[in-house]
Amino acid sequence: MTTTIDTDAPETRAPSATLAVLKRAGVVGALVAAAVAVALVQSGSGIVVWQSVVTGLLTGGLYGLIAMGLTLIFGVLDIVNFAHGAMLAVAMFISFGVVAVTGLHPYLTMLITVPALFLVGVLVHRGLLSGSGGATLENQLLITLGLSLLLENGLLLFFGAEPKNVGLPGETHLDVFGAVVAGSRLYAFLGAMALGLLLYWMLQHTRLGTAIRAVASNSAGAELVGINVRRIHTLTFAIGAACAGAAAALAVPLLSVTPTLGEQFNITAFVVVVLGGMGNVVGALVGGLLIGLVEQLTTIYLDGQSSLLGVFVVFVLVLFLRPQGLFGRRT
Amino acid sequence: MTDTAVESRRETRSAGPAAPPLRPQNRQFAVLAVLVLLAIPLPLILPAAQGAVAVRILIFLIMAVGWNIMSGFGGMFSFGHAAYFGLGAYTSAYLLVEHGVSPWVGMAAGMVVAAAVAMVIGYFSFRYELKGAYFALATFAFAEMLRLITTSSDAVNGAVGYQVPLIQGSSLGQMQFPAGSPAYFWIALVLAGGAVALSILFRHSAAGRYVVAIRDDELAAASVGAPVMRHKLLTVALSGAITAVAGAFYTQYYLFIDPQLAFGSSVSIEAIVTAVIGGIGTIWGPVVGAVIVGSLSDVTATLLATPPEFLSFLQGRSGLDVILYAVMLILIVRLMPKGIFGTLAEKFSERRRR
Repeated sequence: MTTTIDTDAPETRAPSATLAVLKRAGVVGALVAAAVAVALVQSGSGIVVWQSVVTGLLTGGLYGLIAMGLTLIFGVLDIVNFAHGAMLAVAMFISFGVVAVTGLHPYLTMLITVPALFLVGVLVHRGLLSGSGGATLENQLLITLGLSLLLENGLLLFFGAEPKNVGLPGETHLDVFGAVVAGSRLYAFLGAMALGLLLYWMLQHTRLGTAIRAVASNSAGAELVGINVRRIHTLTFAIGAACAGAAAALAVPLLSVTPTLGEQFNITAFVVVVLGGMGNVVGALVGGLLIGLVEQLTTIYLDGQSSLLGVFVVFVLVLFLRPQGLFGRRT
Repeated sequence: MTDTAVESRRETRSAGPAAPPLRPQNRQFAVLAVLVLLAIPLPLILPAAQGAVAVRILIFLIMAVGWNIMSGFGGMFSFGHAAYFGLGAYTSAYLLVEHGVSPWVGMAAGMVVAAAVAMVIGYFSFRYELKGAYFALATFAFAEMLRLITTSSDAVNGAVGYQVPLIQGSSLGQMQFPAGSPAYFWIALVLAGGAVALSILFRHSAAGRYVVAIRDDELAAASVGAPVMRHKLLTVALSGAITAVAGAFYTQYYLFIDPQLAFGSSVSIEAIVTAVIGGIGTIWGPVVGAVIVGSLSDVTATLLATPPEFLSFLQGRSGLDVILYAVMLILIVRLMPKGIFGTLAEKFSERRRR
C-alpha cells in the first residue's frame, strides 16, 4: 500500500530519495511552465493567462485542503471515502444555517462546522466502517457510497434544491499585478494553506501525529508498542472529516450552496489525492494547486469544454502512468 | 470478494461424478423460463402506472446483470457503468435521429460500441494493473469524460440530447408503440430474459469459470495457465454490451436522452445498488435487487404525493427513494454482504446439507 504520510522525516531519508523528489518537482515545474506557455500562445493575451493562473492557484488551495482530509483517511485507514464531498455539503449547510440564524461572520462558523464534522467523522467510523462489516475494500466503497447518497438526498429532502448564497460582509476585489481577485477567494486560499500547514505540523510534531504516522506505516507494530489502533483510526477519520468542515466554512462565501455540490468537489478531491500520491498530505496540498491550475488552463485550451474535462484527462494519465502519484514512491 | 466462493464450491461438488455435469445451469434456465412465463401476462393485469414500474424494473434488471458480470463474477469493481449505458443510448438515438436507422440495429451497434470501449478501458486498466479503488476511480473518470464530451459536442446535440421522433400507430421495426402499450414490457422482458440467460451461460462457460478463478486468486490462476488478460477483456466486453442494451431500450421507452440521463453518475450508482442489494456475484441477485429498487421509487412517489399526517412537511420533495435505497445499501453491506438473494441461498443450502 502506498502509505506515504511522510513516515520518515526528510533528514533521515537517503539523499538519493530527496534528490529524486527534487528532480520530480523540477519536472512538474517544467510541465507547468510549458502548459502556461502554450496557454499564452493559444490565447495571445498575457493578462488572460495571468488571471487564470492566479484564480487557478487560489481555488487550488481550497481543493488541497479538502483533499488533505481525504488522503489522510486513505493513508491511515486504507478507506476511499466516497462520502467526503457529501460531508463537505453537510458542513456548508451547517455554515449557511448558522449565518442565516445568528448572522455570524461566515469564517467564524468554522468554530461550529469543524467540531460538528469531527463528530460526524467519529460516528461514521464507529457506526459504519469499523468492525468486520467494513473489512473489505468493496464494502468500504459501498458503505461510503451509500452514505454520500444518504447525506446528499437528506439535504435535498429537507432543504430543497434551490441554491443558497452566503455573502461575505465587506467583500472587496483586489488587484494582483493586473489580475482581479475576489477577497473571499484570497482569504479562502490563505486559510486553506494555514490549516494545511497546521495539519502537517500536527502530524510531524505532536504525540497524536506521531501515533497516526506509526499506525499508517505499520499498524501491527503500532499495536505492539501500545498504541490503540482503533482509537487512532477513529480520530484520523474524524480529523479528515473536520478538514472538510474547515474547507466548507472557508468556501461558503465563494459558491452557491446546493445539496449536490459535494459531488463535484469529491471528484476533484479524488484527482488531487491520486495526483499527490494516495496518503501523502503535502502531495495533496501541491496536487490541489496543480489541479486548480489545470482547471483554469483547460478553459483556455479547449474553448467551450467543461473545465473538468482537463482534470479527468490529467487524472487518467496519472492513474496509468504514475498511480503512486507525482511525489509517491513505488511500493 | 468471496461471496460466490461458497456457491461455486458447492456447484463444483454437485458437478462431481454422481450428478450430470450440466445440472446447475439447466436448473437455472428452468427457473428463468418459469419466471419469464409468469411475467408475460403482467402488463395485462397491472394498472397502467404499475405497468410503467414493471418496465423500469426490467431496465434496472438489465443494467444490474451487466454490472454483475464484470464486478460480481469478474471482481472488477466498476464505478462507471453509465459509460456503457450511455453509449448504448446515444448510439441508437444518433443512428435513429440522424440516419433513420431502426433502433434494433442501433441497439446492436450500441452493444458493439460499448463492448469496444469497455475493452479499450479494460486493456489500459489491466495493462497498468489498476486494482480496487484505483480501478473504480478510473472507470468513473471515463464515464464522466464521456458525459462532459457529449455535453459540449454539437455533433450529438450537446446538452439538449435527442428526442426520438414520434411515428403514427405502432411499429415493431421502429420499436415504438402507443404510450402504455404492453409491447414495451414484452420487449423489455425478452431483452432482460436474454441478459439473464447470457449471464447463466457465461457463469458456466470456460471463460466464466476462468474469470471467477482469476477474481479469487489472480496469481494462482495465471500460474496454472489461465489467459488472464483475454478472459478479463471478454468479461468487460460482455458486461458493457449488456448494459448498452438497457441504454438503447431506455431511449426508446422514454423517447428522450440527454448527457446527464445517459452518462450521469446516478446511472452507475443504480446499477451498483441494484446488484448489491440483490446479491453480488449471483445469477438471481440482480433480479431480486431490480424488483426492490425499481418499485421503491414508485412507492415513495405515491407516499410523497399524498403523505400521511406526520410526514406532511415532505410533500412535493424529492430524494426519499434514494435515501431509502442508500439506507438499504448500507444495512445490507453491513449485515448481509452477500445480498438478499445470496444470503437466503446460503441459508437454504446450509439447511439442506444438514
